[in-house]
Amino acid sequence: MKKYLSFFNIRFVNSLQYRAAAVTGIITQFAWGIMTILLFSAFYKTDASSFPMTFNQLASYIWMQQAFLALFMTWYFDTDVLESISTGNIAYELVRPIDIYNMWFTKNYANRLAKAVLRCLPIIIVAIFLPYPYNLAPPPSLEALLLTILTIFLGTSILIALSMLVCISTFYTVNNMGVRMVFLFFAEFLSGAIIPLPFFPNNIQTFINLTPFAAIQNIPFRIYVGHITGVAMYKGLALQFIWLFISILIGRLWLKKSLKKVIVQGG
Amino acid sequence: MNLYLKFFSMHLKGQMQYKFSFFLTLFGQFIGAFSSYLALYFMMTRFHKVADYTFNEVIIVFATMMFSYSIAECFMRGFDQFEKIIANGEFDRMLIRPKNIIFQIMTSKIDFSRLGKLIQAIIILAYAIPTSEIIWTADKITTLLLMIAGGTIIFSGIYIIYASLCFYTLEGLEFINIFTNGALEFGKYPISIYGKTMVKIFTYFIPYTLFQYYPFLYLVGRSQNSLYAILPIGTVFFLIPCYLLWKIGLKHYTSTGS
Repeated sequence: MKKYLSFFNIRFVNSLQYRAAAVTGIITQFAWGIMTILLFSAFYKTDASSFPMTFNQLASYIWMQQAFLALFMTWYFDTDVLESISTGNIAYELVRPIDIYNMWFTKNYANRLAKAVLRCLPIIIVAIFLPYPYNLAPPPSLEALLLTILTIFLGTSILIALSMLVCISTFYTVNNMGVRMVFLFFAEFLSGAIIPLPFFPNNIQTFINLTPFAAIQNIPFRIYVGHITGVAMYKGLALQFIWLFISILIGRLWLKKSLKKVIVQGG
Repeated sequence: MNLYLKFFSMHLKGQMQYKFSFFLTLFGQFIGAFSSYLALYFMMTRFHKVADYTFNEVIIVFATMMFSYSIAECFMRGFDQFEKIIANGEFDRMLIRPKNIIFQIMTSKIDFSRLGKLIQAIIILAYAIPTSEIIWTADKITTLLLMIAGGTIIFSGIYIIYASLCFYTLEGLEFINIFTNGALEFGKYPISIYGKTMVKIFTYFIPYTLFQYYPFLYLVGRSQNSLYAILPIGTVFFLIPCYLLWKIGLKHYTSTGS
């Protein structure tokens, strides 16, 4: 456990170095958040009755999304990992006495968390003080807040476990561009990163809500804004556990199988 | 111009050497743009209209935006990745060559896979043009073409601004993303839906409305003012401050030394 913590630590401190990038990043995300809210407000003014949640809930959802963007960015792959597979450097990592799956997992987590820590607070603070209904509202209850925190961590874990599958596929394809793009399309769209899932057509929502992608950011944010309440919150939590278990299990088995037949040429 | 064509065919041939990888990236660009379209489609099926604009009108805006953006992205790729050109010392080599520097950067990279978005735009236009209620007279066709040309000019200008700022920062600026990717994402709807303030900002600060909102009003017949139709020509003036900024940045440039 200790060695993974130190991997985590190295990456975390490393990513904290990029403070200037964080500042411009925060400004960018603010502008993005404001424009998104204005866009939804145009739809809200056109036809409020078709809006699947209150406008303030939507605004809170968007600000949460911007604050925790770094945790849920689907397009972020550890380039080190991809390169180590395609260049063969993975051989060095294999001789170390560590579990490679855990190492990749912690590294990815550390990178995301460091970025999110730098960015989330300024965004949350300013968003809270924006005029109603454009602000980030507090969660409906303490229970919801605690569940939000828990589900955010689980959601990030699911995303990393899924992107791990994409990384492992590199063992077979060398250039995994195609796999990555298809993954990005589904992960980005079905997780509700472009438009929140409640805005999808009603008939396909029930199906999408069961996919692993919907367990990433959709569940924590909707719990936070009070769009998922009561027993449904715990159902969401259960769904997250199930998908996390499945995706990690597949990833581990697949990695084990790939490593058995990996041939590193030359050196 | 002759030389440009030479570079053009050189890049084209180069990228065609890796056909599989090329078409894969092209496809990736296409589905990236497709998710943006799908989001628009879902929103429009739920609400039917946005600020009085119908689905058919909105997709014309979406397609022209996508069209001009992908052309600018394809041919101005050198500016888009300017921080790399500076960092690897390629820019220093360009400076000692007896040829226009902007020309050299433009020809250093032409990324045809970016045209995946263009394919998307063409498909949507092919659907939108016959199904819209616009009567396609010569002036409407000209308006549409001018909108696309104007958009290409604005986006190219933004890439030049981006590169000029790289002289100071020596690294890429995430901030500019708002004006390229952001403009593409939010500019798929007529700018007026974001409110009057945004129309003003995007007329006087960065003039997106010149090729998007105003000529669009004329195109769909919401305005009879034919002056709106030729407004995209005005985008050419946007290039002046871009060029000046570039010149100032260039003067300030000191090599990174690598």
